Amino acid sequence: MSDRKQPPPGLVGPVAWLRTNLFGSWPSTAVTLALLYIVARMLFDFAEWAFVHAVWTVPYGPTGIAQTAVCQDAKGTGACWAVIADKYRLILFGRFPYAEQWRPALVIALFVALFALSTIKAVWRRGIESRLVQNIALLAAAAIVLDNAAGLLDTIAAVGFGWHLPLPFDLLFLGNTVGKYALICGLLLLWPAVGVWIGTLGAIGILMFGGQFGLSPVPVDYWGGLPITLILATFGLAFAFPLAILVALGRRSTSMPAVKTLSVVYVELIRGVPLISVLFMASVMFPLFMPPGINVDKLLRAQIAVILFAAAYLAEVVRGGLQALPKGQSEAADAMGLSYWQKTGFIILPQALRLVIPPLVNTFIGFFKDTSLVLIIGLFDLLTMGKVALSDPPWQSFSTEVYIALAVVYILFCYGMSRYSRGLERELNSARGR
Amino acid sequence: MNAIVLDKVNKWFGSLHVLRDISMTVATGEKVVVCGPSGSGKSTMIRCINRLETHQEGRIVVDGTELTDDLRALDTIRREVGMVFQSFNLFPHLTILENCTLAPIWVRKMPKSEAEALAMSYLERVKIPEQAKKYPGQLSGGQQQRVAIARALCMRPKIMLFDEPTSALDPEMIKEVLDTMISLAESGMTMVCVTHEMGFARQVADRVVFMDRGEIVESGPPRRMFEAPETERLKLFLSQILRGD
Repeated sequence: MSDRKQPPPGLVGPVAWLRTNLFGSWPSTAVTLALLYIVARMLFDFAEWAFVHAVWTVPYGPTGIAQTAVCQDAKGTGACWAVIADKYRLILFGRFPYAEQWRPALVIALFVALFALSTIKAVWRRGIESRLVQNIALLAAAAIVLDNAAGLLDTIAAVGFGWHLPLPFDLLFLGNTVGKYALICGLLLLWPAVGVWIGTLGAIGILMFGGQFGLSPVPVDYWGGLPITLILATFGLAFAFPLAILVALGRRSTSMPAVKTLSVVYVELIRGVPLISVLFMASVMFPLFMPPGINVDKLLRAQIAVILFAAAYLAEVVRGGLQALPKGQSEAADAMGLSYWQKTGFIILPQALRLVIPPLVNTFIGFFKDTSLVLIIGLFDLLTMGKVALSDPPWQSFSTEVYIALAVVYILFCYGMSRYSRGLERELNSARGR
Repeated sequence: MNAIVLDKVNKWFGSLHVLRDISMTVATGEKVVVCGPSGSGKSTMIRCINRLETHQEGRIVVDGTELTDDLRALDTIRREVGMVFQSFNLFPHLTILENCTLAPIWVRKMPKSEAEALAMSYLERVKIPEQAKKYPGQLSGGQQQRVAIARALCMRPKIMLFDEPTSALDPEMIKEVLDTMISLAESGMTMVCVTHEMGFARQVADRVVFMDRGEIVESGPPRRMFEAPETERLKLFLSQILRGD
């Protein structure tokens, strides 16, 4: 094909594209120019408001109260970004003790680093294959489970019967503390992604709660802002996704009618009510059913509600992917003698999940933003903290600026998810020559 | 010894009676070609042999193990019975090599390197070792079906089932798949093959089984079946299928 003809000039290139798409005929040229003018005008006006006439700082009075007269004067012509400069720490970190706010700042950075790291494919590969490391990790996991089970039993015994279990707690506790690090190190070696996730989420927990490594304890009531949003969304989706896969598989089960019924009831029940009512139930009704003395914290209750709710939606998305797979794939796996879980893990899920990346990410993004609904049960997420910041009298009339800043934060995270999913789709599809 | 025994097998899809008193034995090393018009139950019958479909009455014994609801018996049988489908059913997200090594590694618990060497030897046998790193979507239909045959052989089955292996192929690709099947037959494999390729039946089949409306109408050596059909239904079928020849 050495003498293959070049396409005739004027068919390719940016000029040709402009000619065919924007200036193809007189009416289309007119529409293009008109729209160009409107867009340019709007951008120009916005730039003038947001940058040229904007107020970036305001003087502070002797008592430390912001003097917002400059901003009031500029209202309508220029943005008052001074409100962000004054309130950004309140908005991002909530009522977390001021001197300790480096901790939630670090938590945000850890979350972003975790997401960034997770987009690297090599992280998800299997690490070393060593029997010894496997056994150490298993032992560590067993120690942790044992210790927590003993702790739970002890709590139940203490609450229910008023006595303590005669268990060598110090020994078990040692197993637990050492066990945690052993488990994380083992996982990092065996399966880096899982180790990175568990380790980072653990570090985030320590940073937020404090009480270890000389960090002062900070009760959940003082948490707020972006860490709340990120915690609810990340833990929510990380736990909801595996649950959703199990529910979707359960709903398609033919050999276990009880599991199938349970899955259907779960999905229809949770999907049939608004998230707000699930949150209300978690915050108001759930404690009524618990025995006195056991207090599950509000954030954890909201977290469980978000997990259960997201899982019901994700389960239906996953089920869509399962249904789209030709029956032959499952039959071929059966005919080769693969077990149900081998078939599901190697053949069915990898293909089904690939098919539903767009709706999955759609749901992920939706839930990232839906976490802002926790404001109705008194948790202060990013959006709520914006509202709180605006309740400060000097800044009351500058909601536009605050909401624009909040929108930018939300867009950054959501656009990140969207970009990642597009890259993932492209990569997965190109590998198969499609 | 008999590799496969079907004894008065009956099956219904809802109220539709798709297999009626099917009785047949396949000896070890025997090659049986099953033919018949569409809807005659031949695919259903072959799919009952590795329990992709369940029969409701009668007995099916494969390699000395009876097919029941016992999952362990099912596992044993599926290890020993390979199947090739009309629509190939390769796993599109895995490479050709991964398609071939998956079951040996996870079902036969074979070390990865050994499974890969085995897979390469079978890919050479079906004459496409150079495609091992590609994905199924990058191969032609004939190549895909040959990979499917190699994939089934990687489990070192005692019995191979073919469910219309050439029906989804373009004419110029049918020959390469049939050649592979012929060489497999020459190696002494026990084969049950649902196909309309009468040339193939003539060349390799020990016996041809003609099915219609869920029952075995007639069976015998290919020469006798094609040259002196006894029943009207087989005569009609042969006249229709050979019209194109």
